[in-house]
Amino acid sequence: MRGQTFLGAIALGLLAAGAYVGLVASPPDAFQGEYVRIMYAHVPNAWVAYVAFAITCVASALYLAKRTPVYDYIAHSATELGVVFTGLALVTGSIWGRPVWGTWWTWDARLVTTAVLFFIYLGALLVRGLADDPRRGARLAAVVSIVGFLDVPVIHYSVVWFRTLHQPASLTRGDIKIAPPMLAALLLGLLAFTVLFAYLLTLRIRLARAEDAGEAA
Amino acid sequence: MKRARLVLAAVLVVGALLYLIIGGIRGAIVYYTTPSELLAQGASAVGRSMRLGGQVAPGSKKWNAQTLDLRFVLTDGTASIPVVHHGAPPDLFTEGQGAVVEGTYGSDGMFTAHAIIVKHSEQYAPPASP
Repeated sequence: MRGQTFLGAIALGLLAAGAYVGLVASPPDAFQGEYVRIMYAHVPNAWVAYVAFAITCVASALYLAKRTPVYDYIAHSATELGVVFTGLALVTGSIWGRPVWGTWWTWDARLVTTAVLFFIYLGALLVRGLADDPRRGARLAAVVSIVGFLDVPVIHYSVVWFRTLHQPASLTRGDIKIAPPMLAALLLGLLAFTVLFAYLLTLRIRLARAEDAGEAA
Repeated sequence: MKRARLVLAAVLVVGALLYLIIGGIRGAIVYYTTPSELLAQGASAVGRSMRLGGQVAPGSKKWNAQTLDLRFVLTDGTASIPVVHHGAPPDLFTEGQGAVVEGTYGSDGMFTAHAIIVKHSEQYAPPASP
């Protein structure tokens, strides 16, 4: 519990530092001007969504194999957070797209596959809720979560495989297309959101465990 | 009651997924056609609703603030297509940058756009100091 509060404090500190570097200390972009700062929140949200669903996928597979409740607590918690962060990635992307592209939404492969991801895992949560037997719901949600994870590599490579409006990755192995002060803001954002996610995940798992214990009692 | 709400939610989610998949197949795999591809299609391209993408040719942008008439040329380096649009372009629309236009290609070789979208690269850098 103490460790959890400590993790939360670190997340808060990193987010404050990220906000300062992203909004104040880093320079505007030559083409986009100040709008580029939205990237320092947008990319971390998408990254955390990937991480969350990767955890969901692994925990779901372990749950199906071993049927130990703890794996389901993890899968359920990571799914919920993943849906929230996918939603945030879509919203921040939309807010970024309006001034820079000139549109809130368009039928681009990256955008569509990300929206599909949002609905796949929303569907996983629904399947869980619809089942009469919670264990059956957990199993069905695990199957949806494992199959649904196939969408993550499709999203990631959509900008390479398809001709898209969305720009390709700026950080690839051996190739960094971001000026150092802006890269620092982006990396700090990634770190801050990852720690925030870790904090929220531990909280949510604790809640899932407590809920289960409460129902059993 | 809880069950009815969940069923309604499930219908909404499946509906949204179908909407995305259908919309996606229609346009997402190839987001835009290039000027070379459009010219290669010849007469079959005329009148069809599509997206055309390329670079705004330097020196080609003509904007009339009185009539709201915008004209420019989209190029992919090999082929070029003149575009006409009624209305102001997005803020970041500039010559030498990427743009995608939605509209139809006319038999006169002019592309009439009803929407303009700016495409930017994955390069980020502060403005060059003067």
